[in-house]
Amino acid sequence: MNVLAAVGEILVLIGTFFYFLSALGLIRMPDVYNRMQTSTKSATLGSLGVMVGVGLWALGSDFGSVAWFTKTIVIAVFLLLTNPISAHALIRAAYKSGIPLWEGSVVDKYAEHLMSKTEKSEIVEKEGDAE
Amino acid sequence: MEEAGKISRYLYTVIVLFLIWLLLTASTDPQELGMGLILSLVIAAFTYPVFTTRGLANLHPKRIVYAIAYIPYFLWAMIMANLDVAYRVLHPKRPIRPGIVHCKTALKTNPGKLALANSITLTPGTITLDVDGENYFIHWIWVPDEVFRAESDEEHVEKASSNITAPFEKFLKVIFG
Repeated sequence: MNVLAAVGEILVLIGTFFYFLSALGLIRMPDVYNRMQTSTKSATLGSLGVMVGVGLWALGSDFGSVAWFTKTIVIAVFLLLTNPISAHALIRAAYKSGIPLWEGSVVDKYAEHLMSKTEKSEIVEKEGDAE
Repeated sequence: MEEAGKISRYLYTVIVLFLIWLLLTASTDPQELGMGLILSLVIAAFTYPVFTTRGLANLHPKRIVYAIAYIPYFLWAMIMANLDVAYRVLHPKRPIRPGIVHCKTALKTNPGKLALANSITLTPGTITLDVDGENYFIHWIWVPDEVFRAESDEEHVEKASSNITAPFEKFLKVIFG
């Protein structure tokens, strides 16, 4: 038991706390968009904490080696780069398949943008017909 | 955006692949290093056209310094984001006021836009819904008054951009150009 192992254990504890928050957010939030918010952020930071914590823990105790730490760092970086992309793909697919926003939502600029885009393309098509 | 030469792009891909190999094996045995070098040379030959468009220019010292400075800044923003989420989830009244807002970015390159979208998704209360050219559509869990009560579209975009994208752009502009 030394300082590195202690820091690692604390990081793992913090990570599991954020995992818990992520699961609680899935239950408490009203619609799919807000659920994605809470679950993505908390699960990513929770995973980072747990992984880097395990790496440090292994550095500080006698069963581990440096290889543990570098591998956990690589996994953490890959997760940090890919997790937001999957969240983005899921939330965009949800919007495109017509899932409505929660009734408490205040603005929806994306709908206006999509409307103006379809209007423009319709005008272009009509002009094309006239020619 | 100008493209670098083929050799420069190839070498950059080899360097990145070899660094990942070094971290994955975590050993300096000459046999392992040689095998890793051969594998990265072969894989880079197949993948360099999709991997990078700027090649070794990515390794400019100023870019590396900014990228290293960006890591703690980003991690700090991420921790604040999670404390914010924790507050919203645990508060009995569940204080959320969601909405989809419209931002504009000054970044030009595709990797820069990807990095900005990822950073937005992981920082306080925002998640990227769609990117269309320079327009970002962002789902915000708590739309502040100044954006909510904006009178014109331009004002809305300006306020939202200064809140969401501007803090990251000053780093990402240098890193990705």
